[in-house]
Parts: sequence; C-alpha cells; structure tokens
Amino acid sequence: MSKLRDALERGDFVVTGEVAPPHGTDMSAMLASVDRLAPYCHAINVTDNQGATLHLSSLAASRAVLDAGSEPIFQQTCRDRNRLALQSDLLAAWTLGLENVLIVTGDDPRGGDHPRAKGVFDLDSTQLLEVARGMNGGVNMNGAALDGGCNFLLGAAAFPEAEPADIQLERALQKVEAGAQFFQTQAVMDVDVFAERAAVLREAGAKVIAGVLLLKSARVIKFINERLAGLMVPEHLAKRIGESMSPLDEAVELAIEQVAALRDVADGVHIMPLGADDALVRIVEGSGLG
Amino acid sequence: MIITKPRDWSRIFANLQSVGAKSVFLMGCGQCATVAKTGGEPELEAAAELLKAEGYEVTGWAVGEVACHLGGTKLETRKRVGDIDAADAVVVLSCGAGVQTVAESVSKPVFPGLESVFLGNVIRAGVFEERCQTCGDCVLDLTAGICPVTTCPKGLLNGPCGGMWDGMCEVLTDRECAHVRIRRRLAEQGRVAVKVVAPKDHSAKLKPGALNLRDRKTPSAGSGS
Repeated sequence: MSKLRDALERGDFVVTGEVAPPHGTDMSAMLASVDRLAPYCHAINVTDNQGATLHLSSLAASRAVLDAGSEPIFQQTCRDRNRLALQSDLLAAWTLGLENVLIVTGDDPRGGDHPRAKGVFDLDSTQLLEVARGMNGGVNMNGAALDGGCNFLLGAAAFPEAEPADIQLERALQKVEAGAQFFQTQAVMDVDVFAERAAVLREAGAKVIAGVLLLKSARVIKFINERLAGLMVPEHLAKRIGESMSPLDEAVELAIEQVAALRDVADGVHIMPLGADDALVRIVEGSGLG
Repeated sequence: MIITKPRDWSRIFANLQSVGAKSVFLMGCGQCATVAKTGGEPELEAAAELLKAEGYEVTGWAVGEVACHLGGTKLETRKRVGDIDAADAVVVLSCGAGVQTVAESVSKPVFPGLESVFLGNVIRAGVFEERCQTCGDCVLDLTAGICPVTTCPKGLLNGPCGGMWDGMCEVLTDRECAHVRIRRRLAEQGRVAVKVVAPKDHSAKLKPGALNLRDRKTPSAGSGS
C-alpha cells in the first residue's frame, strides 16, 4: 500500500524528497542518498532524465529505491516516449510495485545533454494523466480492457506562483479534472501568493505538496535565475542568502521558516536540497516533522 | 510556402566528387525557392560562379516554373536535354520535393543544393515563420486560430508547461507562450478553452502522404489519405 496515499488521505502533513538516477549503472550514490533521506520522507521522487539529460531509467531506479526499503514516486515525462511506450511503462511500473506516479511534460531536449534528440511529446502531461486514470480503471487509452489494471496514486506538477496566474491555475485544474490526485509544486517563493492559489486546487479535491528549494548559495541563486526555466528568486531572498556569513545555514533557516508558513496552507512539502541531503534532514528536524 | 536555406557547399562539393563530376547543370525553382531567395535566378548565377571558381564546368542552368511539378519539370529538362547530357551531375536549388522531381526527370546523378526547413508563413518579404506542420488533425478550431502543435516548442495541446515565466516561453525566451496567446484570444472572443484537448490522431500523418483527386467519384470530406 502506498504510504504516501495513506498519509495524504489521513491528512498528515507529508514530506517528500528527491533523488536522481545515475548517469550510468552505478546506483550506489543514489541509494546512499535514499538511505539518508528516507527516514525523513514519506516518499522520494525518482527523476526521469531530468533537465533532458541522460540518466538511468526512472523505472529501474524507482524499483531499486523500493528494494532498498523506501517508497519511491516514479516520475514519468512525456518527452521521451510515445503513447504506447508510456502506457507500457506504466503497466511495468505497477508490476514492479511502484504505486506513486508523478506525470510531467518534461524539459525540452534543446536544454539538455542531447540537444539533437527528437522530443516526442506524443501526449502532454494532462493527456497522460487522463490515460493513467483510465488505466486505474482497467482500460487502455482507447478504452480496451487491460488484463489486470493498476491503481496508481497520480501526481502532477503545478506552478502556483506563475504569471499570468489565471492561465496556470486553469491548467492545474485541467490536470485535476484529468486525474491528478496530488500536486508537487515549483519552489515556493511567496507563501501568501502560493496559499491563495493552492486553496483553489485543494478545493478542487487535490492535495498540494509545496516545493521548498534550498537556496544554498549566491551561486545557486544565480544559476536558478539565469538557467532554470520558470523560477525566479526574489531580490530580498537573494540578498538575505548572499549577504549571510553562512549561506547554507541561512538557507536551512529560510527553508524552516517556509515550512512553518506552509503548514496551514499545504498538504506537505517537497524538499529539494540540491544534493545537500543533510540539509533536508536539518530542515525536517528543525520543522518538527522528523 | 516551403522555406529553404543554403546547404553547406562543402557537402555539395563532396557529393560531386563522389561521382567524379567535373561538370554541373543547375536547376532552381520559380516558386518557393525564388521567394525565399535561395533558388531563383540570382542564386543560380551565384552558384554557377562558385562552381566555376572551384574548377567545375557549368553546362547551363534553368529555373523551372514549379520544381515540384513533375510534368512541368519533365518539360523543362527536356528543353535543356543537351546541357544536361553534357553535365556529369545536376544540382537542384529547391526544396527536397523539387530535387526528387528533377531526379525523376533526368538520368544523371542529382544532388540537393538547399536544405528544406519548414512550411512557412510569409510575414513580410524575406521574413518567414513556421505556423503549420501539416499534421493532418487540425486543432485550430479549439485554439483560436493559433497552432500549439507548431508554435509551442514542445507541441503541447494542453498548456502552458511549467516553464512559462511571465507569460513567456521557456524554450524560446523572447517569445510569448503560445498557450498564453491562445487563452487570451479565446477570452477576447468570449470563448473558453476545451477542458482537456484530446491526444492527436497521428495516423492522419502517416508517411508517405498521398492524395489522388482523380480517384474521387464525388466531392467528399475524405481523410485525404
């Protein structure tokens, strides 16, 4: 049974983390990360060729996380596979014991390490959510009965602080309509703005797990602002971290404050420590969620 | 129209060397490649000069009316049969469709002189934009006449993606997100977006496309395949 589903249904404030499969076959670093994060997380996202850069399949890596005794959230992007492969991999995921799926569109290949790759995008994330919901009901996307279906907890990405807000919110509601049961959001920068928009999604029946990004240094903030699509660190936060004597400690402090502010307006937090696994531990413990 | 751009001449020279060609006949196109300024008379003259400078003999050149028109191209090449026979190879400054028509019309080795890049709208003279991918399953009725298949870099039907920032595209950051434009135009017209646009029917674009009007007994709303 999905612990994440149970926790969300119970109304617990959940914590999720994230690991990346290796660029190769050696999973030891990823599994070491899982060991460190798992005691503090309800589930751990396993990314799927994130940033359009080549990694071991999320399917295999998610299973390895499960074998290591932790609960994965299998990420599936629409970028690399057509509708046959996507459905086939969803069926595979279920047979491998993966119960949580986060369905995302995926970054454009032009930004990754294989810029000459063909972006498939046969389905978009909304369409794939609808397909997955159908598969939960025992049918493929054409309505044909499956020999054994699945029962995934279906997740989607949302960007509550994006402007123009109405369009992004409409898009998120479209995903709820298509089957999204929970959202993991882009990093929250303004809790008030987030709260207002998350409320709409929660009213629509979806759980909202707020993204908390460890802004661990001025360099990282610069990278986010210049290179990461769809995210901008506001000046006052950049200044606070940049001018701190100990940026990492300050970033952990900031994250703890954000988690506290999010307690009442979200169903959980998705902490992205950018490789600083110990910081996630400090954030969770510092927030009293441990 | 079909937008073409000049092909790297080193590839064309390598093609000519591969068949030991010493002499070349050049073909252009009076339609798209002329408008795109890649395969009209001035470009053919320039190509001829370039070939001569590299030591090739240019036996002649012709700009057919429409390079992709098989009948017209056969007629054109027949008119120039002497010059073509005198050449070791033919280089065609047109889209790939034109190259294939010429290849079907002459017995000599035929090489492309351009790259075919997209089906373009002419925004103004010399400025072209891709707005249609001829996908065969048009969604413009749902999208206020703005094609997300083509103008969203990811081709998403239900957008915007999470990378949209301040209404701008994640991939082409100097452009407004196609879905922002779609939603705005729909709203301006008092229309609402479809809840979830269904996955595309890619079978409408199975290769190779073919349409034979002569097979049609009566006008119909056929699939065009």
